[in-house]
Amino acid sequence: MSDNPTLVISVNGEERRLPGPISLIDMLGGLGLDPRKVAVERNLEIVPRSTLDEVRVENGDAYEIVHFVGGG
Amino acid sequence: MNALQSLSSDTWTVAGRTFTSRLIVGTGKYKSLEENAAAVEASGAEIVTVAVRRVNISDPSQPMLTDFIDPKKITYLPNTAGCFTADDAIRTLRLAREAGGWNLVKLEVLGEAKTLYPDMRETLKATEVLVKEGFEPMVYCVDDPIAAKQLEEAGAVAIMPLGAPIGSGLGIQNRVTIRLIVEGAGVPVLVDAGVGTASDAAQAMELGCDGVLMNTAIAEAKEPVLMARAMKAAVEAGRLAYLAGRMQRRRYADPSSPLAGLI
Repeated sequence: MSDNPTLVISVNGEERRLPGPISLIDMLGGLGLDPRKVAVERNLEIVPRSTLDEVRVENGDAYEIVHFVGGG
Repeated sequence: MNALQSLSSDTWTVAGRTFTSRLIVGTGKYKSLEENAAAVEASGAEIVTVAVRRVNISDPSQPMLTDFIDPKKITYLPNTAGCFTADDAIRTLRLAREAGGWNLVKLEVLGEAKTLYPDMRETLKATEVLVKEGFEPMVYCVDDPIAAKQLEEAGAVAIMPLGAPIGSGLGIQNRVTIRLIVEGAGVPVLVDAGVGTASDAAQAMELGCDGVLMNTAIAEAKEPVLMARAMKAAVEAGRLAYLAGRMQRRRYADPSSPLAGLI
């Protein structure tokens, strides 16, 4: 079990549970999101798109995932 | 080259990017993304403002703005609408830069929900930080020539005073201050907010503004695509009138037909 810990994280203010270990890019894929169309903030720090496959999701992480919508 | 021929080269430049259209349109409040795209097309705009918001993780398959308005053809100008502090605005634009990969952004820091009037203390603070981080902020501001100067000194690449409160459609309330801002600015000046109909946009351009930014005036028209076309014409007409130089105002009449030779 210790190889597959359940990670409890926050995504856009909602609590999510997912099996670890997992990279950020795989988490986005699991959420059905195209990494080219979103930006990710992890614990208040921007995650550069080029490093999405390197960053590992850690228990307790808080994510904001945003994209462009209509606005004035 | 005569004056009319020179019009084809009547462009404006912000932060090193040159544009022909002087109309920037928002992408909010439309009934559908299709209507939004059709209005952008009719407006001739080369820049659209967009907001940065959380993705809907419960339904990631929802249609996206980028599927309808191609960011390769139209410059996306990410905004900070809804931000009431410098910190929130900066955080939003850092995310926007990562989502889009460019530095040209629209900064607005609001002071209160009722008027959506800009908080200039926070706006100036955010401008300074953003410029240090390499952003090129076009800044929404009060129609105050002194505040405009301060923003320019802080590194704003364009000054965007309100004509009237956001979404009010009241038209340009203070032509004097808009003109003073235009006269004093070394960067482009665009009226941002307050335009209600075509004549308001023409008036902004007649005052010498480099452009006009609007959203609600088009999106909430009964026929948004038609109004978008009207705004394109109005901005062009106002620009031409400004370049042509209007006649002097007289207090009384001056006949257009010769007095000599009257029977």
